[in-house]
Amino acid sequence: MQVLDKYNLPDLKGHFGKYGGKYVPETLITPLKELEEIYFQLSKEKNFLDELENLNKEYTGRPTPLTFAEGLTKYFGGAKIYLKREDLCHTGAHKINNALGQILLAKKLGKTRIIAETGAGQHGVATATVCAKFGLKCFIYMGEVDIERQSLNVFRMKLLGAEVIPVSSGSKTLKDATNEAIRDWVTNVKDTHYIIGSVVGPHPYPMIVREFQSIIGKETKVQIQNAEGRLPNYIVACVGGGSNAIGIFYPFINSNVKLIGVEAAGYGINTNKHCATLTLGREGIFQGMKSYLLQTDEGQVSEVHSISAGLDYPGVGPEHSYFKDEVIADYFSVTDDEAISATELLSKTEGIIPALESAHAIAFLDYLMPKTKNGEIVIVNISGRGDKDLNTIKDKLGY
Amino acid sequence: MINIANYISNKNSKGEKVLSVFLTSGFPDKNNFVELALKILDAGADMLEIGFPFSDPLADGPIIQHSSQIALENGINIQKTFNFIEDIRKHTDKPLIMMGYANPVLSFGTKRFAETAKNTGVNGVIIPDIPIEEYENFFNEEFSNLDTILLVTPTTSNDRIKLIDEKSSGFVYCVSVSGTTGLKHQNKFTSVEFIKRTYSVIKKNKTLVGFGISNEEDAKTFAPFCDGIIVGSAVISSLMNDDKGNSKTLKLIKKLKGTII
Repeated sequence: MQVLDKYNLPDLKGHFGKYGGKYVPETLITPLKELEEIYFQLSKEKNFLDELENLNKEYTGRPTPLTFAEGLTKYFGGAKIYLKREDLCHTGAHKINNALGQILLAKKLGKTRIIAETGAGQHGVATATVCAKFGLKCFIYMGEVDIERQSLNVFRMKLLGAEVIPVSSGSKTLKDATNEAIRDWVTNVKDTHYIIGSVVGPHPYPMIVREFQSIIGKETKVQIQNAEGRLPNYIVACVGGGSNAIGIFYPFINSNVKLIGVEAAGYGINTNKHCATLTLGREGIFQGMKSYLLQTDEGQVSEVHSISAGLDYPGVGPEHSYFKDEVIADYFSVTDDEAISATELLSKTEGIIPALESAHAIAFLDYLMPKTKNGEIVIVNISGRGDKDLNTIKDKLGY
Repeated sequence: MINIANYISNKNSKGEKVLSVFLTSGFPDKNNFVELALKILDAGADMLEIGFPFSDPLADGPIIQHSSQIALENGINIQKTFNFIEDIRKHTDKPLIMMGYANPVLSFGTKRFAETAKNTGVNGVIIPDIPIEEYENFFNEEFSNLDTILLVTPTTSNDRIKLIDEKSSGFVYCVSVSGTTGLKHQNKFTSVEFIKRTYSVIKKNKTLVGFGISNEEDAKTFAPFCDGIIVGSAVISSLMNDDKGNSKTLKLIKKLKGTII
């Protein structure tokens, strides 16, 4: 891992090294430019920053705690384990951090209609929530497979006043929901803002979403200093598109902390049913960005699998691709079964039921902890809570 | 080899607007695709845009998404599309253009793609997810032997149209509606105003209008304000429900060409 003196990516064209960029149809260039301009303008304005800070505090419930995981630490032996509790955010996951930031941008842009894609439904719920609060029309694209496995979140979105539009193309999951959202945006670009839910898509989205999510890492830095008087040795987070991981990693990239992203290995990386994009993918152009991509020899996007709807995605944020190549972070993967076991472990040792996405980060502790020493510190980002996954977990555990 | 811009100029100087027809490679039937392409040229198409399929065609509406899916199921890829074009080229001098998304080209190898295209008689390429921002990153110098046709849309400012005109070669593809392929015009008046504006700004290239042109009436509306029209979804849609001899589709092509002569 490198210690970086100065990291100032993306560049003005939105590139992280060779990754990122704006690989979109011409229609979207102008709204992307407008979004970029309003973002640069507002991110310097005190009123905007104050409003967002106040919402984070009074509406989301930030700062979220950094909980010492005593039971889990005892279970493994070795380093002390802390949990960053994004599961305690209003709506139950870190997705609200980005949704709140972007709804303020949308309002400033004068947009009246909001669209979003969702996989696990957490970003859909977060978007529906902020639309309800700010009185904007909300349309959420969601794959039919995900609608089935995250039915509780579908109902939550509807209760919040959003329209959930089922997507039946392709694998009927997150990537297809994203395609449909982009098509909607191309068509309704005048009055519509697209709230992308992760650090993916064309510039400036990966940069903007990183900025709104990096509050996770900023808080963590202060909290661990207060608790331990120093920075951690390791930070572990799950990676689908990679927003919770970038959020907690970003404030630490200039320090000597080992950053570990955990992807979904599905049925195993030796099968073709996984989403381990950084582990097994290669450079591609997909959904507006150049990044690692799971694809066939002919450049068709692969059908992927994860038990966790939020990680079930063949692409990954371009900054993670850069982090991988430059070894700013390391990336590994764990299987569906390992994630399920980790869900059970965290529930029974800490009384915290994590989202299946976050359970992937916990599952990696099986590999990491034997290498740690007493006196070291590991922080795991619990990006969301597991209520939405109870049916899936129940089916798997069978009790 | 024929030059697209000169070809369009020659047609225009005879008082004709050109008709460019989009076909999805290997669709509906890969065994008769070359024959279909030649029949469409015979029926009045001045040039062909042949789309190689991608699993995630962002800029396309349901009709071309469907034809791409069928093409993929038929095992169509970039190499097979080159093979078709090589066969078509043996029988025609008209411009042949390849159209598709960036990722399959990246996977095929951009250099290898450009070289193969030149050797098989392809005149130009349209890659809708490469805007001018990524032009240099994608179109390396091997593409200098091919026309790289860029798009303008109703959200493109005049200043930007000028930049696109500068970089584009072959022609400028003027997308007449904000939206995906196959979309109907909400308001033809606005579309005509946009096309007039665009046409007055584009100086270097010829301008062809596409997206949302599905019948003679549309052709009649837009043709006076550009150098030619492009028809895609309407042809694909017609091919889906046509007889074995594609008589309905050929009739559509004849009518469209007849309208804009």
